[in-house]
Amino acid sequence: MMMLSRRVVLAVPLAAAAGPGAAADDFAAATGAILRGRVPAAEGIALEIPPLSENGNSVDLSVRVDSPMTAEDHVTAIHILAEKNPFPLVATFSLTPRAGRAEVATRIRLATTQTIVAIAETSQGAVHRTAREVIVVLGACVETG
Amino acid sequence: MNMRALPITARITLPPSARRGEVVTVRVLVRHPMERAVDAPGLTPVPRRILHTLRVTYSGEEVFRMALSPGIAANPYLEFTTIAVETGDLVFTWEEDGGTIYRREARLVVT
Repeated sequence: MMMLSRRVVLAVPLAAAAGPGAAADDFAAATGAILRGRVPAAEGIALEIPPLSENGNSVDLSVRVDSPMTAEDHVTAIHILAEKNPFPLVATFSLTPRAGRAEVATRIRLATTQTIVAIAETSQGAVHRTAREVIVVLGACVETG
Repeated sequence: MNMRALPITARITLPPSARRGEVVTVRVLVRHPMERAVDAPGLTPVPRRILHTLRVTYSGEEVFRMALSPGIAANPYLEFTTIAVETGDLVFTWEEDGGTIYRREARLVVT
């Protein structure tokens, strides 16, 4: 009974959603706005997220960036993006050298099976990027935004 | 903007004490629905109401900030680190859509 009623609730917003291209455009725009033409390094950043989630309403995620976290060289921002969410830029964490380590964790909503991207920016202007594929069995009902 | 900060239910976890210079992990769980706008046929419309910003100050200086979106799970959870510099209050302020500010404090004891 519970599953049935949830499916009904999920199906309606899906039908009312914008075309599938909208999220992809937003994702590309959000990524471009962060990178601003810089080429990210693929190393020095680790994203941990379960490869399979039964429920997209709450998915644990953590990001760790290799950084000395000194005044001269520290991570200033960590961004989380979800390629197929209606709002692809899920979160931005702003850090200072006072953090000591560049490590953050949170819980996110995932609309569907997709790629999760983490991008870190440093005070020296460097960018690091990593990505993980995540299979979502029951997506969060985020289609209506 | 509503400048008066309201209390909010939150669980803030810090070590009981820390040595000066130690990197401590701070865990914050706040009770909030992170309501996404519902505007679909057959459903009762619900306006969007999310916490969009969390600022953390430590003895008055901002040490961490998070921009949240509707893609953050209900009852937002955050884990971050800060260097223990002195005994002082960590002040957490959340800003909600519409400008409401919520505030909680936690004391970090540095030995």
